[in-house]
Amino acid sequence: MADTESLLETPLAGLHREIGGRMVGFAGYAMPVQYPAGIIAEHQACRAGAALFDVSHMGQAELRGEGAAAALERVTPAEIQALKPGRQRYALLMNESGGIIDDFMVANLGDRLFLVVNASRKAMDFQEIGAALPAGVSIVPRPDRALLALQGPGAEAMLAPLAEGNVAAMPFMGVLESPVAGVPALITRSGYTGEDGFEIGIPAEGAEKVARALLAAGASPAGLGARDSLRLEAGLPLYGQDIDETTSPVEAALTFSLGKRRRIAWDFRGAERVREELDSGPKRLRVGILPDGRQPARAHTEIALGGSTIGEVTSGGFGPSLNAPVAMGYVARAHAGDGTALELMVRGRAIPARIAPTPFVPHRYKRTAGASA
Amino acid sequence: MSQTRFAESHEWVRLDGETAVVGISDHAQNALGDVVFVDLPEVGREVEAGESVAVVESVKAASDIYAPIAGTIAAVNAALVDNPGQVNSDPMGEGWFFTITPRDAGDIGKLMDADAYARHAEAGH
Repeated sequence: MADTESLLETPLAGLHREIGGRMVGFAGYAMPVQYPAGIIAEHQACRAGAALFDVSHMGQAELRGEGAAAALERVTPAEIQALKPGRQRYALLMNESGGIIDDFMVANLGDRLFLVVNASRKAMDFQEIGAALPAGVSIVPRPDRALLALQGPGAEAMLAPLAEGNVAAMPFMGVLESPVAGVPALITRSGYTGEDGFEIGIPAEGAEKVARALLAAGASPAGLGARDSLRLEAGLPLYGQDIDETTSPVEAALTFSLGKRRRIAWDFRGAERVREELDSGPKRLRVGILPDGRQPARAHTEIALGGSTIGEVTSGGFGPSLNAPVAMGYVARAHAGDGTALELMVRGRAIPARIAPTPFVPHRYKRTAGASA
Repeated sequence: MSQTRFAESHEWVRLDGETAVVGISDHAQNALGDVVFVDLPEVGREVEAGESVAVVESVKAASDIYAPIAGTIAAVNAALVDNPGQVNSDPMGEGWFFTITPRDAGDIGKLMDADAYARHAEAGH
């Protein structure tokens, strides 16, 4: 308990404690891992209605100046220059050897780009990006801002009456600047649960007002525990567990984030390794894994086949929506096919499992504005 | 039925005839959160006090369950295999883990009583 004293707090720390959040240390912040409802109930509330997560620990920054998009392409293989105003994209921050420094979201706000990066990596990210920028382009961290994630099929109906702008018309990965509960907000239709939903960036001093309005509208508070089980069922990697500076975008099955133009020009950091792996195949691949039975296989569980080690689980736990254990990890490419039977070595016993396509729970993003998903 | 006693590692034990029933405390189940899987010991296994004999898995982590006393595993609660949530809903009753035939039933009385355990748990152990 004593070590939580040295942790940073988000602007919602008081609210978390008031509603019974169980605070734990995460990436240097005191964050709620769960509330009294518990992880399974919070997870299910997100799949059935809407859950509210405080993700203010994440790094937020603006990229300003003429040529900001081209400048950002120096450190990411994503297509940034063609990202339209009012649109957001998932991107990877690469190192020279083709590993992943971080994964992040980038939105085009017309006169500037807006980045959201992982809490555990933000200092390094801002340093890396800043060092790569030409004169006239600057990165401006925004630690003065909070970030809320409202996720679930009920999110639109809860947010719409509180937002001045038309959030219902936003497509998946759309961006809208609009007040929410009277607080100026940067809203994106995105998230980390596989569900439809929004991330709402607001000034720190307005965070509690917006959070209380969303809770009053019926959102269930949800903590890091449910966030992890939701993203795992959705097949979404977690930086530091499933991807890191040694994993490439090809190994991590994140090639969708490489821009087409970039894959012709090969003008990004680490392009040599990415190109080689796309041509010849990577040594290992990130795959989904479904263990038989009910026993979870956690991160660092050995994956075996016929008595030989073929890989390692990088994230594993229990999927409340599947009512079964779920995992992801890396296996040698020869054994990465869907349906491949393998064994997970848990406490000295071999648990039968099979490779399965992700997401384990289908994504329900709002692909077209105005259409029912 | 005798008085319930508690180990520092948050198991409870209660003598019921010739055997002692073992489970985890309400404090422990609350700290673990939603239990999704329980790995129970083999019946007939001889165990020492403080030996890891079972594993309880919540959504977020796996935790060891220790034998509060020495003896022989006499029975396990097979209902937990299909309904591990009983550990959360009724930790001191239907959520029991296993029974032990004590090597020395006197060992139970050396453990904490409910008041001492409440102070132990409150102190953040």
